[in-house]
Amino acid sequence: MAADQNIQSKMTLKLLGVVVGMFVFGFALVPLYEVYCQVTGANGKTAGPYTASATLEVDKDRWVTVQFLANNNANMPWEFRPTVRTMKVQPGQAYSTVFFASNPSRQTMMAQAIPSVAPFHAAEYFHKTECFCFEQQELARGERIEMPLKFIIDPHLPASVETLTLSYTLFDITQVADSTVTEPPVS
Amino acid sequence: MSAVIESHHDDDHHHGPDKGLMRWVLTTNHKDIGTLYLWFSFSMFLIGGCMALVIRAELFQPGLQLVVPEFFNQMTTMHGLIMVFGAVMPAFVGLANWLVPMMIGAPDMALPRMNNYSFWILPFAFAMLLSTLFMEGGAPNFGWTFYAPLSTEYAPPSVTFFIFAVHLMGISSIMGSINVVVTILNLRAPGMRLMDMPLFVWTWLITAYLLIAVMPVLAGVVTMMLMDIHFGTAFFNAGGGGDPVLFQHVFWFFGHPEVYIMILPAFGVVSAIIPTFARKKLFGYDSMVYATASIAFLSFIVWAHHMFTVGMPIAGELYFMYATMLIAVPTGVKVFNWVATMWQGSMTFETPMLFAIAFVILFTIGGLSGLMLAIVPADFQYHDTYFVVAHFHYVLVPGSIFSIMAAAYYWLPKWTGNMYDETLGKTHFWLSFVGVNVTFFPQHFIGLAGMPRRYPDYALQFADWNMVSSVGAFIFGFSQLLFLFIVIKCVMGGKKATDEVWDGAEGLEWTIASPAPYHTFSTPPALPERAMA
Repeated sequence: MAADQNIQSKMTLKLLGVVVGMFVFGFALVPLYEVYCQVTGANGKTAGPYTASATLEVDKDRWVTVQFLANNNANMPWEFRPTVRTMKVQPGQAYSTVFFASNPSRQTMMAQAIPSVAPFHAAEYFHKTECFCFEQQELARGERIEMPLKFIIDPHLPASVETLTLSYTLFDITQVADSTVTEPPVS
Repeated sequence: MSAVIESHHDDDHHHGPDKGLMRWVLTTNHKDIGTLYLWFSFSMFLIGGCMALVIRAELFQPGLQLVVPEFFNQMTTMHGLIMVFGAVMPAFVGLANWLVPMMIGAPDMALPRMNNYSFWILPFAFAMLLSTLFMEGGAPNFGWTFYAPLSTEYAPPSVTFFIFAVHLMGISSIMGSINVVVTILNLRAPGMRLMDMPLFVWTWLITAYLLIAVMPVLAGVVTMMLMDIHFGTAFFNAGGGGDPVLFQHVFWFFGHPEVYIMILPAFGVVSAIIPTFARKKLFGYDSMVYATASIAFLSFIVWAHHMFTVGMPIAGELYFMYATMLIAVPTGVKVFNWVATMWQGSMTFETPMLFAIAFVILFTIGGLSGLMLAIVPADFQYHDTYFVVAHFHYVLVPGSIFSIMAAAYYWLPKWTGNMYDETLGKTHFWLSFVGVNVTFFPQHFIGLAGMPRRYPDYALQFADWNMVSSVGAFIFGFSQLLFLFIVIKCVMGGKKATDEVWDGAEGLEWTIASPAPYHTFSTPPALPERAMA
């Protein structure tokens, strides 16, 4: 009887251990997912600021179309658009363009642009040497800004990709920025 | 091997239940707690059913007649949550409480006090969830899958109560399933090997492991929501560096095993009933056990088939498509075994058997529409349409719920000592059978034609089938009141049941008196010569 109780309590504790383990595993899925997406590029997220390890050779024979999109997340009142909608570019060559934003609201606001590339398996070939998405934008009421983007398309871009779309979604982070976000997300 | 109990004499041996209300509050008796679970589940079934009828009444005709869209959304959300967590899951836990100790020859559950806690958490959890209906901003309105950021940034303030209610339900389920595992692995009658256990016990053992594995993940995901809402984190907020798609991955990592949690015990019930009324041994016992285990394993590696349209690498879509289709193999083994059990049996068609046969047929229909949904290119068309609604209602209503009703009719004579009214039982079956099919079969058609789910209004071309579907829903809904009447009538009295109740029934629960005495198997039973399976 006492021995049975012992076996039972041991088993109960073990099972509780599994419960705690699975709770932690639920949270561990967050970094695991991040790593998985970085490795596979599965969610179309681009990497942080690009520093060329070796100068890329310009592929003079190849032209790729890059399209720019700008969207506002729900309830974001800013005007936000690319100044150029499409560019014909050569892989390996550095290009730059600017996005336009203005804050028509009555107060100072903070914003964060989140990029996404389609087709997503091309995301890792889209190198940004400078991007407004690497930092947060703060605009006073009525203020306007031209935001720079410098990029290089990697010459190793798969031959099947002829058009790349870089899409930004602009989020209102005025409230979050005050309290928590200290550094912009690496994306 | 089993841990052998030499003799299990209770120190405080009492012969019957205490009197009065406190009997139910303080009880640690597995039969009392099973009864509490079953009545609780039935009341939630009626509440969730009323919500379904609000939905179907609004969809009876195109246009907005009865409720505002905001309330309609609350109804779809609450209907799903209450049916999944309040009706189906507690019903199976109730059946496990009543039956597992009696089937394995144990005196009670292994952890009786915890058993009491796991039940009594539930009324509080659901009182909290239901109270959100009366709060400012209304109840949760983001669907039972509560995708973030709809359920975080854009949720009504009551979402916090929803989160804590889910925490409580999770704690209850986890405690209940730990109890089931410890009971089955430690308290089997001497000489009962694992492969001698009735299939209901087997399926519950596997279900309990699934619950222990995934309910904590559900608790984790709602905790992340809580932190996003109140503590400024950004797990699912893209603006802060999070990812809404991550929510869907974590949710469905819980959610897919969850759907098997709701069906595996049903397999166990049907595997008990069909042999009895076919008067044959269950065909392929071993393969049933292995099929159940395979389904449980596969349930962990197919979750993303719920989210084909989020934009996944093609390799991922192919993998999840084929892995999903693989589940059809063990499921097919089961259906084959049930049919083979009936083959050339001396079948009779009492109410439990009618529900069990309907289960086999209608669950198979639901399984096949699931296979259609697993096909990636087809799913792009079917995703979030009424076809999906038809699919999962076919596996849950004439699947899980029919099996629960079959179980209730099958074991009621053992529980109450009285036979239920067979004529009324059959009437209840036929009304339910017709009602379920009239409700859900047309939803396949309107889904394939493109009607999206979770909308209070629809285009005119969907009008006819929606009307048919609503008529069926009211037939099905009101016929459950007949079920309530039959159960109460059976509890109050009726033809006395014999100890064996059904002449073909096998298993330890039929060796004890009807009604089952308050304490059974205080000394472990000697097993019959032949192994039970």
